[in-house]
Amino acid sequence: MDVLLPRALEEALEMKADRPEARPIAGGTDVMVELNFDRDRPEALIDVSSLPELRDWQREDGTISLGAGVTYTRIMRELPEHVALAQASRTVGSPQIRNRATVGGNLGTASPAGDALPVLAAHDAEIVLASAGGSRRTLPWNEFSVGVKKTALAPDELILAARWRILRGPASFSKIGTRNAMVIAVASLCLVFDEEGRSVRVALGSVGPTIIRASEAEAFAGEALSRAGAWDDAWAPFPVADVEAFGELVAGAARPIDDVRGSAAYRQHACGVLARRALSWALLDRRENGG
Amino acid sequence: MLVRSKVNGEWRESDVWEGSSLLSMLRDELGLPGSKNACEQGECGSCSVWLNRELVCACLVLAAQAHGREVRTIEAMSSEDRLHPVQEAFVAAGAVQCGFCTPGFVVAVADLLSQDPTPSEEAVREALSGNICRCTGYQKILDAVFLASAQMTGGAY
Repeated sequence: MDVLLPRALEEALEMKADRPEARPIAGGTDVMVELNFDRDRPEALIDVSSLPELRDWQREDGTISLGAGVTYTRIMRELPEHVALAQASRTVGSPQIRNRATVGGNLGTASPAGDALPVLAAHDAEIVLASAGGSRRTLPWNEFSVGVKKTALAPDELILAARWRILRGPASFSKIGTRNAMVIAVASLCLVFDEEGRSVRVALGSVGPTIIRASEAEAFAGEALSRAGAWDDAWAPFPVADVEAFGELVAGAARPIDDVRGSAAYRQHACGVLARRALSWALLDRRENGG
Repeated sequence: MLVRSKVNGEWRESDVWEGSSLLSMLRDELGLPGSKNACEQGECGSCSVWLNRELVCACLVLAAQAHGREVRTIEAMSSEDRLHPVQEAFVAAGAVQCGFCTPGFVVAVADLLSQDPTPSEEAVREALSGNICRCTGYQKILDAVFLASAQMTGGAY
């Protein structure tokens, strides 16, 4: 096995073009487990943890670009106003894991249980990919992430960043697991409001081969808020029956399987519960923060 | 491959397998067995060390990623004749049973107290959520954290 230790992005991309089989490693929280248990032995590893170009985040013209190498500890510390992302980050592993694990790792590993992924999906994030010679391309999250542990990343590419338009409105991330820490999600949900676009977005993690957007439930919630007059007046009464119907639609969008962490039926049920709670929190939040 | 790291204040060189972890470099090459090898998947925290002053699980760091970087382990926390206040607190509170998780806990607690010298119980539980002890049931470990906090800040326990 070879270990490639590039110091800058362009150098890394040239190495990747030359050795397309090289597995990127950043925080190591996924890759090292594979190595330690001898589940996989890649011919080469390419350490992307020293690339300054991956470690930045920027906000510009209402958009945030989050470098693939930004750790969850840094998100919690530096981006607390991105509430759903910060909440999801806090549920990742433990302090030791969060000090190393990166958003790029969640994207590259492409497990449907990756905690940051429902947040990116709910924000309609684009994934920025780089290859040698200054070549860049951008894919919507659902074209990047195509199956369980499958992405559209080409062998000569590295994940550079995720970027999305910053939305105004309440947002939350919630997750079901057996503990508050160190758990792989049994089911997770990110709900965000887009007050300008008058839409509600819901993304589900760990209940399908990739992250799932509950589009029918989203449309229903948007219309229900219109019917109630709640887009204009956060204090307008919102029918409990609509919250319940929203939960059922979200549960219906889940495509879970039975596995060691939970049964499909439990996961489906959990999605409905998470959805009702998240919508209720959002409605309360809009009242507290003046909609 | 040759990896050169500043370990506990001293530049050390080790010849390791390319896929080896920082933990196995510390234990098998550098004669530093204080960081324990248990789960090898970042679940248990018994290999907690500092890499460039950040708390990490040494089992999840590729040894090559420590090249040119600074590593601090449990071995650097006490001197010949003196324990670190966190270690003293663990002894005083009876927070050690079989002792296997202790080095990781001591490192994680010292890391917490360096950032938050007087943490709430909630903060302690969250900070130690990546360290697992299968003997004590955690209450004495919590006692030790508050004792260490009090001693290090000159406060009352």
